[in-house]
Amino acid sequence: MMLPGLAYLFINNYMPLPGLVIAFKQYNARNGIFGSKWIGFKNFEYLFKTSDAWIITRNTIFYNLAFIIINTILAIIVAVILSELNGKRKKVYQSAILLPNLLSTVIIGYLVFSFFSVENGFVNSTLLPLLGKKSIAWYSEPKYWPFIIIFVNAWRSIGYNCIIYLSTILGFDRAYYESALVDGATRWKQFRYITLPLLKPTIIMLTLMAIGRIFYSDFGLFYQVPLNQGALYSVTNTIDTYVYRGLLQLGNISMSAAAGVYQSVVGFILVLGANLLVRKIDKDSALF
Amino acid sequence: MKTKETKIYDLIGHIIMTILTLIAIIPIMLMVISSLTDNTSLLQNGYSFFPEKWSSYAYEWIFKSNSSMIFRAYGMSFLLTAVGVSLSLAITTLLAYGLSKKNLPFRDVLTFFVFFTMLFNGGLVPTYINYTNIFHVKDTFAGLLVPGLLMNAFNVLLMKSYFVSSIPDEILEAAYIDGASEFKTMYKVAIPMAKPIIATIGMFIGIAYWNDWNNGYIYIVKNTDLYSIQNLLNRLMQNIQALSQNATNLSDANQGLAQIPTATVRMALATLGILPVVVIYPFIQKNFVKGITLGGVKG
Repeated sequence: MMLPGLAYLFINNYMPLPGLVIAFKQYNARNGIFGSKWIGFKNFEYLFKTSDAWIITRNTIFYNLAFIIINTILAIIVAVILSELNGKRKKVYQSAILLPNLLSTVIIGYLVFSFFSVENGFVNSTLLPLLGKKSIAWYSEPKYWPFIIIFVNAWRSIGYNCIIYLSTILGFDRAYYESALVDGATRWKQFRYITLPLLKPTIIMLTLMAIGRIFYSDFGLFYQVPLNQGALYSVTNTIDTYVYRGLLQLGNISMSAAAGVYQSVVGFILVLGANLLVRKIDKDSALF
Repeated sequence: MKTKETKIYDLIGHIIMTILTLIAIIPIMLMVISSLTDNTSLLQNGYSFFPEKWSSYAYEWIFKSNSSMIFRAYGMSFLLTAVGVSLSLAITTLLAYGLSKKNLPFRDVLTFFVFFTMLFNGGLVPTYINYTNIFHVKDTFAGLLVPGLLMNAFNVLLMKSYFVSSIPDEILEAAYIDGASEFKTMYKVAIPMAKPIIATIGMFIGIAYWNDWNNGYIYIVKNTDLYSIQNLLNRLMQNIQALSQNATNLSDANQGLAQIPTATVRMALATLGILPVVVIYPFIQKNFVKGITLGGVKG
C-alpha cells in the first residue's frame, strides 16, 4: 500500500544522491557519472576562486535576510490591523492580499514587465513623464533590482505570511485586552505590551525556520521576474540560478555541481542548526 | 459602544488595508486592461489603466485564428493538473495512512526515510541527470508530471498527523472487528473522515501543478506540443527578449512558434492563464487559509 509513495521518494530524492560525487569529478558525459575521473576538491577550488561564488552567496543571503525582516514586520502589521477589523470588508481585504500568492512566477514576470518594459511599460510611458523625468532602461540597470525584487516578494507573500500571525492573534485570550481597556491603555500600548510579547514565540519560531532556509532561493523570483537578463546578474544571480545556468545553459556541469553540493551541505547544516535552536526554545514547534 | 479612539484606529486600519488591497490587485488589473487595449494604442502610449482605444482583438485572435498551439497548451495545463492531483493524492494518502498505523513494522525507519527528504536533497544537477539519463523523461508527459511535484514529504507528514490525531482508534478497530480488510477500512472509514485535509492538500497540489513552469522548462526541450500554458507564456516572453536585443534573430526566435503574437495578445494569454485560479479562488479561499495555518504550525 505504501509502496508507490516510498518508491517515488526513492526515485526523486534518494537515487540522485550518489550523483553528488560529480562535484568531485571531471565530468564527462561519455564516461558517465561513475566513469569520470576523480579530481578531489578541484571543482570547489575553481568555484571559490571566481567572483561568482561570492556574488551568489552574498545575493542569496542578502535577499533572504531582507525578506525575513521586511516580510515579518509587514505581516505582523497587517495581521494586527486585520485582527481589529470586522465584517465583510475584512474578508475582501484578506482575499485581495492573498491573491498574488496564487500566481505563477511566469505571470508575475509579465506583470513586472508591463510596469517596467523600457518601450511601453507603465512606469516609463506614464509615471515618469508625469513627474517630468526621463525614461529608465530598467532591465539593464542593476541598481534598481534589489528594490524591485524585494517589493515583488513582499507583494506576493504578505497575504500568506500574515495568516499565521493573524490566527495566532485571534487565539489570544481577550481578557488581557479587556483589563487593559479598563486600565485605560491606548491601542499602541495594547500592541506594545500585550500583542507583541504574546506573538514573540511565533515570531522567533518562524524566523528561525526561515534562517534554516537562508541558503535556498526561489528560482522563479530571481530568474523569471528579471527575465534572465545578463545585465542584471550581479544583483539577481543566486545559488539556484547559478546552478541552473551552469547545468543547462553554459554546460559547465562540474562548476554547477560544486555549487549544488555547497548549497546542499551548508543548507543542511543550517536547517539542523535552526532546528536545534527551535528545540531549545519550544520542543513542540521543532521539526524533529 | 465605540470610543473616539477606536473609531480613529478603525478608520486608519481601513485606509491602510484599502491601499494594500489596491496594491495587490492593480498589477493584475493592468494586465487585464492591456489585454483589452487596442494594440496600436498600447504601442503608442504604453501599458495604461485608461487606454485610448479599447479592443477585443486579442481575444478574437486567440479564439478565431486557428492557433491550435494555444489551445493545446491550455488543455495540457488542465490535463497535467487533473492527472497530477489524482495521482499525487492517491500515493500521498496511501503512504500517509500506512505511516499512521502504530503497529506498522519499521515505522520509525520509514518515517525517517520520508522525513529526511525534507532536510537534505541532492539539488538540480544530480536530479536532472537521474531523470534524463536513467528515466529518460525528457520530452515526455512524465517530465512535466513526475520530477519534484508528484509527492512531497511535507504533505505526507501533514496527512499522517491528521490520521493519527483526528481518527480515533476505536472506530478503526470497530471496522476490523466487523471483518473489514485494512484496505477497506482505509477506503470506507479513514478517507471519508479525512476529507478536509485531503481537500486542502489536493488544492495545494493543484495550484502547484497549474503554476509550474520549471519542469517544462527543464525537461521539455524539443517537443513543444507538451508545453503547458505557463511554458508557452515563458517562451513567448523569451522570444520578445530575443527580438528586442537583436532584430536579426527574428527567424531564429520564430522557430517552432508560428508567429509572435502582439503585446495585447500576450497579455490576453496571461489573463487566460490566471483565469481558472481566479474563478475557483472564492471556493477554495477558506480551505487555503486553513491549509496555510496547518502548515505554519508544523514548519
